[in-house]
Amino acid sequence: MKKMSSEKTKRAIFKPDVAFGNEVVRRSGDNFRRCLQCLCCAAGCPVSHAMKYRPNGIIRLLQLGYKKEALESPDIWLCVSCHTCSDACPMAIDISAMMDALRQIAIEEGVQISEPGILNFHHEVLNSLRRYGRTHKLEIMMRYKLRQRDFFSDMEVGLKMLTKRKLDLKPSRIEDPDQIQKLFSKSLT
Amino acid sequence: MPDQQELTDISYFPGCSLATSAKESNQALVRVCRNLGYRLVELKDWNCCGSSSAHSIDSDLAFRLTSRTLSLAPEGMPLLVACPSCMLNLRQTQIRLETDAAASDDFGQRWQRPVDGNLKILHLFELLDKESDQFPDAALSGLRFVPYYGCMLAGPPSLRNEKSYYGLMQKILKRCGAEPLPWNESAKCCGTFLSVSSPEVVEPMVNRIVQSAVDSGADCIVTACAMCHLNLEIRCTLDTKVPIFHFSELLALAFKFDVDRSWFSRHLIDPVPMLKKKGLWP
Repeated sequence: MKKMSSEKTKRAIFKPDVAFGNEVVRRSGDNFRRCLQCLCCAAGCPVSHAMKYRPNGIIRLLQLGYKKEALESPDIWLCVSCHTCSDACPMAIDISAMMDALRQIAIEEGVQISEPGILNFHHEVLNSLRRYGRTHKLEIMMRYKLRQRDFFSDMEVGLKMLTKRKLDLKPSRIEDPDQIQKLFSKSLT
Repeated sequence: MPDQQELTDISYFPGCSLATSAKESNQALVRVCRNLGYRLVELKDWNCCGSSSAHSIDSDLAFRLTSRTLSLAPEGMPLLVACPSCMLNLRQTQIRLETDAAASDDFGQRWQRPVDGNLKILHLFELLDKESDQFPDAALSGLRFVPYYGCMLAGPPSLRNEKSYYGLMQKILKRCGAEPLPWNESAKCCGTFLSVSSPEVVEPMVNRIVQSAVDSGADCIVTACAMCHLNLEIRCTLDTKVPIFHFSELLALAFKFDVDRSWFSRHLIDPVPMLKKKGLWP
C-alpha cells in the first residue's frame, strides 16, 4: 500500500473541538452529551421539515466536535424555542437553551449566518424594545422589510392586518425609555 | 356580577400582543375575570418580556428585561399573566432569581429592592380553573370546537414540574354546553416569529393545523395564545377556513356580555356568520 504523505494524513484526521462543546455546556447550563440519539426531538420538532440536520443532528455535530457545521447551520436559527423537543427528550436536555448558546456564539465569532433574515428580524424586535420598551409590530415589520430589501411580498397580508386594525399605527410605550436603554448595557448604572 | 367592593385585586401583566394586536382578547379576559370576582390592575409601566428575540441572541438582556418587570410587581398579590410565552420567560427568570445568587444580587442592586420570594406568578388558566364552577351552563350549546394549546403545554426541563393546563379549555367550554372534538394538532407549534421572517416555513405548519380542524368538523378553533390566533389567521392559504377565537372571547360570549362587535370585526376570518347560524350571536 502506498504511504500517505504526512500532509495528507494531517488533513484526513479530524480533530474534534472539545473546548467548543464545553463552551456550549457552560452557556446553556445543560449537558447535551447525555443525548442518546433516540430522535424523539426530531420527530416532534415542528420546523424539522425546514432544517438541515434537525435537533438530534445538531447535538451529534456537537458530540463529534463539528463546530463550523453546527454554527453555520440554518437549524439554529429556525428553532423557535417551542420546547416540544425537550418535552419529549427522555434525557431532559434543554435543547432550546443549547440553541440559544449556539446562536450567540455564532454571532460573537462572526461566522457565516445561514438565515440572515431571521437574525435581522431579532435585531428589529430588540431595536423596537430599545425605543419603546415594548414591541411595535407595524414598525418591526416595516423596518424588517426595508432591511431585507423586500418591498412586495406579504403586501396583501399587511394591508389586511391594517384594515382590520390589527396593527396599531402608534407604539404602546413605557414612560421612561431611559430605564430600558440601561438594560442594554451590562453595567448597573 | 359581583359588587365593586367584593372584587379581589390582582396585578396583571398583559404583554405586547394582548396590549396591541389582540386587544379584543384582552378586553374579553379583563371582563371575564371581573365577572369571576377579580379586578385586574395593570402592572404600572411594564415592559416587553423580550419575546423570542431577546433570549435567542442576548440571554443577559432577556434576563434583565424580565427582571425589571418582576421588580415592578406590588407585594402581597399574585401577578396574573395570560400569554404563554411571557409566562415562560417570567417564570424562568423567577426560578433563576431563586436559585442563582449572582442573579439575585444583580436584581437587588439594579432595582433597589430584594427579590420577592413570595410573588406568585399566576397563569390565567389557573385562575379560570379555580373558578370553573362559576361558568354558565348551556350558554354555548351547539358549538363544536377543537382546543388549540400550541406550545403552551411544553416547557424547558427547569419547568417540568409546573402545572399543566391541558384539558382546561375542554372542561370549561363543555360546562358551557359546547362540544370538544378530537383532533391531532392541539399541541403543535404555530410557527411564532417565523411567520414574519420565513412565511414559506410557517404556511405548511398552519395549513396542517387548520386542515385538521376542518376535517374534524369543528365550527371553530379555540386558542390559548394571541400569537397563535394571529398566525393561524394570516398564514392559512387553504380555501376552506374555520373561525378562530381566543379562549377569553368565547367565555365572554358564554357570559352573554353585550359583546362589542368591534372585537370580531378585528378577526381576519369573520366568525359572526357562524355564531349567528348557531344562535350564539347576542
